Amino acid sequence: MKLARQIGLPKLPAAFSLIRRFRALPFPYRAPSTPRGVRPLRPKARTGADYDTAWSRRTPARMARAAIIEGPMRLAVSGLAAPDRRGTDRLAATSGPVIFAANHHSHLDTPLLLTSIPEPWRHKMIVGAAADYFFGTRITATLSSLIIGAIPIERTKVGRRSADLAAELIGDGWSLLIFPEGGRSPDGWGQPFRGGAAFLASKTGVPVVPIHLEGTGRILRKGRALPSPSTTSVTFGRPITPADGENATRFAARIEREVAALADEASSDWYSARVRAHASESPTLTGPAANGWRRAWALGDRSRSGRSRKRSWPNL
Amino acid sequence: MASDPRRSAPRPGLVLDVDRSTPPVLFHHGEGFRLEKLPADRSRIIYPAEPLPGLPDPDESIRQALLNPIDDDPLPELLTPNMKLTIAFDDISLPLPSMRKPDIRQRIIEQVLDMAAAAGVDDIHLIAALALHRRMTEDELRHALGDRVYDAFAPQGAIYNHDAEDPDGMVELGLTRHDEQVTMNARAAESDLLIYVNLNIVSMDGGWKSTATGLSGYSGIRHHHNVATMQKSKSFMDRHKSELHHSNWRQGEVIKANGPRIFQIETTINNNTFGYDGPMSVLQKREWEWTAKDRATFIGMKKGLDVMPKAAKRAVFNGWKAPYELTSVQAGDVEKVHEVTLEHCFKQHLVPVEGQTDVLTFGLPYICPYNVNSVMNPILVMCLGLGYFFNMYRGRPLVREGGVLIMSHPTPWEFHPVHHPSYIDFFEQVLADTTDPLELEAKYEKQFAEDEWYIHLYRNSYAYHGVHPFYMWYWGASALQHLGRVIIVGGDERAVHRLGFQRASTMQDALEMASDVVGPRPSITHLHNPPILMADVT
Repeated sequence: MKLARQIGLPKLPAAFSLIRRFRALPFPYRAPSTPRGVRPLRPKARTGADYDTAWSRRTPARMARAAIIEGPMRLAVSGLAAPDRRGTDRLAATSGPVIFAANHHSHLDTPLLLTSIPEPWRHKMIVGAAADYFFGTRITATLSSLIIGAIPIERTKVGRRSADLAAELIGDGWSLLIFPEGGRSPDGWGQPFRGGAAFLASKTGVPVVPIHLEGTGRILRKGRALPSPSTTSVTFGRPITPADGENATRFAARIEREVAALADEASSDWYSARVRAHASESPTLTGPAANGWRRAWALGDRSRSGRSRKRSWPNL
Repeated sequence: MASDPRRSAPRPGLVLDVDRSTPPVLFHHGEGFRLEKLPADRSRIIYPAEPLPGLPDPDESIRQALLNPIDDDPLPELLTPNMKLTIAFDDISLPLPSMRKPDIRQRIIEQVLDMAAAAGVDDIHLIAALALHRRMTEDELRHALGDRVYDAFAPQGAIYNHDAEDPDGMVELGLTRHDEQVTMNARAAESDLLIYVNLNIVSMDGGWKSTATGLSGYSGIRHHHNVATMQKSKSFMDRHKSELHHSNWRQGEVIKANGPRIFQIETTINNNTFGYDGPMSVLQKREWEWTAKDRATFIGMKKGLDVMPKAAKRAVFNGWKAPYELTSVQAGDVEKVHEVTLEHCFKQHLVPVEGQTDVLTFGLPYICPYNVNSVMNPILVMCLGLGYFFNMYRGRPLVREGGVLIMSHPTPWEFHPVHHPSYIDFFEQVLADTTDPLELEAKYEKQFAEDEWYIHLYRNSYAYHGVHPFYMWYWGASALQHLGRVIIVGGDERAVHRLGFQRASTMQDALEMASDVVGPRPSITHLHNPPILMADVT
């Protein structure tokens, strides 16, 4: 300060002076320092599964999220993914919260679903998101909570915290969107379904709506940074509930079979898919047991049929 | 939802005696509305019952009906892998207006097909049982069946409209004990199992009429769609007093003996035509219960409709999909199933009414079974008024013999050229000659029924059969015989006169004209329909 005065710098404004005085205040007016001989307590974790998302379910955040979903997100999804949405009529007789369980290929899956799931669920929705990925830093956690209504789900360690939070929110009337595979597909084929959705359905008594997504992997598959527009389809299945005596593992397997049957329906036709489903012959989501190129090769057989959005050749 | 008393505790129908404090009453008037003040102390208004609660889990109710049919085996037991299965379903004429997705037919057919898939049935055809009605378009089929069913079967040509004029597509099943011919769609007749998916909006539908009429052709239908039968049906909404139904039931006996095994699935819906919320909900409320919001909505809607071009008005009304709810579903033996269906139908529609009236009034809405996505031409105005609304009774007609019927409708001289080509000629040529049902039946019916051009349009375009306008006229034959005069308020003068009726500019004028026939100070009854009601007149 003396030096500043000597070289003729102007005097600091009053605010700076106030901060200096505040810092000079003694304990208890300021935080205590830690004695050198003790080990300080670990700071309270504010990321990962410990991130508190309660603020993102209050009215201002919900309104902001609704505006984002119905505005830029819907615009981006229709521009990038041109979704063909089927089967929403299967939800006609359903009311109250539900768990939407979908296969997972891309980061685009969540925006696609948030703009496809019909009302009254769309704007009272929480999304199960990987705690280690989406909630890794304060910034990503805040953005995930605000934009998609994410709640952290532990996928790398066993803990009840995520499940308890999800169950509590479902009990409060929120619907949950979850990807039971636990992560995006690494090679275009699905991964075995984990038991989270089934466990929550058993615990809360709400139905699970299986959903099959097709085409998002072509737009933004795992490992790619920039999207490339393509067409997609979203097929909603009939809501299902655990049967008497059906445990979470078996119910998870049934959810996977339902999604596989929807995948079959999307790539062939509904009746043929039902015939195969009843005969337990629906093609699996996880693809052939072979490794390497044969899995990639087999992917090519799953061509999409039905009404194509663009005709590249005159229909003679 | 449950807290809304209209949903949890719907009120039954009501007969209101009009007094000086009764507000003006709503008359449907085509694609518009009128509010009319009825004379106090001698008028009464019959209001429909509020919508009965829908089944809480329609899909589960359908499943239970298929698994526990009435006097038949559970559906899965009737399905075998190598069988020939045909599913016939009611056409675009039901329900009115079209219902919101998913349509009941879709809900049922998906469950039936799911059971067929479990049994591994490959040979399945789905047929729109439209008799002599126009063919359904792809959009209409998709609406009724859903995209899943349509996309699975239409590419193989396994979903189609019944064609009553296909020489190779019809078979004769025999004669009834009254020598009535029985014909049926060949695919349906030759199937191992015929599943009929019905949707009952009024008590006239269903039973043997579904297959004996819906899958039949002119040679079979003419035995009950004729003037003599209709004049003996009092009314054709009361199956047990309807000659139309007696004839269909006789044809049913022949189908039972010589036709396919039939598994009948019948459903009823409630009266929730215009919804509990939204702009149209006011049409479902009793006038003295209209809130400020209802009144503002009605005024806005009426003023808007008054200035809208006709095409825009039609688009608005045709775009309305009713939020009907399923109130019952039963399956199994045709006759036993139908008796249960009728009970549910009457539970929603019947309103007890004491005594007949001198003058019956009602407003005709924009839609009838034969102008879905189309134009309500003058012949259909006659059919809806004198055929359907007049016959919405059980016991005795609401209006006494020799009484006057006053209906409200613009009755424009306008026809849909694609849907109703034979109607145009019927109106121009036949009605210009005579309006007597017996005379026009004898003189012109055969010519129209066998006209090659009309048959071509019926088979390949989207036209009603050449004979259809005759049936529309026969539909009103009983009322024509019964009534002393028919007056249309606000109708097109030339069109109304061509129909053989009288036109009035206002309700007051119409009531004065009516007093020429029924005397001064006649008793008046107004049928507040739709939502649908049926008077149980004692």
